[in-house]
Amino acid sequence: MANDKRAMIGARIAKELKDGDYVNLGIGLPTEAVNHIPKGVQVLFQSENGMLGVGPNPAAGEEDKDMINAGGGFITALPGASFFDSATSFAIIRGGHIDATVLGALQVDMEGNLANWMIPGKMVPGMGGAMDLVTGAKKVIVAMEHCDKNGNSKVLTKCNLPLTAKAKVSLIITDMAVLQVTPEGLVLCEIAEGLSVDDVIKATEAKLIIPQNVKYF
Amino acid sequence: MAKIISAAEAAAMIQPGSRIAIGGFLAVGAPETIIDAIVELGTKDLHMIVIASDWETRGVGKLVVNHLIKSAQVSHLGTNKAIQAQMNAGEISIELIPQGTLMERVRAYGAGLGGVLTPTGLGTVVEEGKQIILLEGKSYILEPAIASDFAIIRAQKADKLGNLTYSKTARNSNPIMAMAGKITIAEVDEIVEIGELDPELVVSPGVFVNYIVITKEQ
Repeated sequence: MANDKRAMIGARIAKELKDGDYVNLGIGLPTEAVNHIPKGVQVLFQSENGMLGVGPNPAAGEEDKDMINAGGGFITALPGASFFDSATSFAIIRGGHIDATVLGALQVDMEGNLANWMIPGKMVPGMGGAMDLVTGAKKVIVAMEHCDKNGNSKVLTKCNLPLTAKAKVSLIITDMAVLQVTPEGLVLCEIAEGLSVDDVIKATEAKLIIPQNVKYF
Repeated sequence: MAKIISAAEAAAMIQPGSRIAIGGFLAVGAPETIIDAIVELGTKDLHMIVIASDWETRGVGKLVVNHLIKSAQVSHLGTNKAIQAQMNAGEISIELIPQGTLMERVRAYGAGLGGVLTPTGLGTVVEEGKQIILLEGKSYILEPAIASDFAIIRAQKADKLGNLTYSKTARNSNPIMAMAGKITIAEVDEIVEIGELDPELVVSPGVFVNYIVITKEQ
């Protein structure tokens, strides 16, 4: 994905995060949000290997071998950070103490089902902490490209890959649109600058509910 | 009192077929010196209980690359191509477990519990073949405790009673695995006298630790 699109998604994710929130970001695209938290807004980031208060990446040469995030990348600790064991880390996650988690997806559907951990016969990396995160976080946001590399919609009527969790996703942020999962179905809340509502409908396999005023982001 | 032994002596305790809970997360906080000693000895048919299969050249990935693992309970394989190849070739059997569930199942064993009830995995393949329990209107999967013969972990400092402190995110699964071994062996950077560790800063009480090995890792 082009850098400007990644930045656009990162900025849109950041709008969902509020001052004082405890947040867990999945590896890859979701971490873009870190660069877009407004000054004066304090968001505490968790890394599920056992830390709250994750800071920026260290400068070259200042990496600490005992300081990594859940993706294996080197990190720093902000003032007020804490370290804890993996069971405590997942007590924080599963116990509903994380305000929001942002994860990538292979597929997401109208009922808020998420598939992001395996493609049978192709890719079996394991679920890691994703199932616990999606089950326990107060708000589950999916951040992803709207279509896969073959141009197929990743927003579906029904996921056909093995699920990570059932009916847990509440918001989907893509390079084309922001979609809210509601009991009535997927609501097209916002579209990316330069696109039309029809562009999004054409690129989406799932049926969308189109409000009178669709905003740009 | 924990006994101070060499990595080779630690490795020699482990028998073919042993079930070993090993600490670390993507090889950070992994007991590399003991892992190297097991590789050196070449003890086969091991069952490992780990968060992740680490890297081919670091952490428990070295046990996989040397074909010492016959089965594993693990949450993530994505950083180790060797384990995926061995799984696809039927050489290694894998139970994939959500990371939080894995930790609670190991902790349960160490804590004398039969298992745990968790909502994680409901509506997914994880619940297949398992008992679902309805409690106060909510559904949970009954997940049994995971037993292990040995826990091999990594800490920063040990005193001679086996009280342990950890370093930053190298703590990760180590204090949990430490509880669960019938025999627990801690690899540490430094061994200090009894009384030198502030009791407030001890994370794993020495009661969990049987043996201490000094690390060779730089």
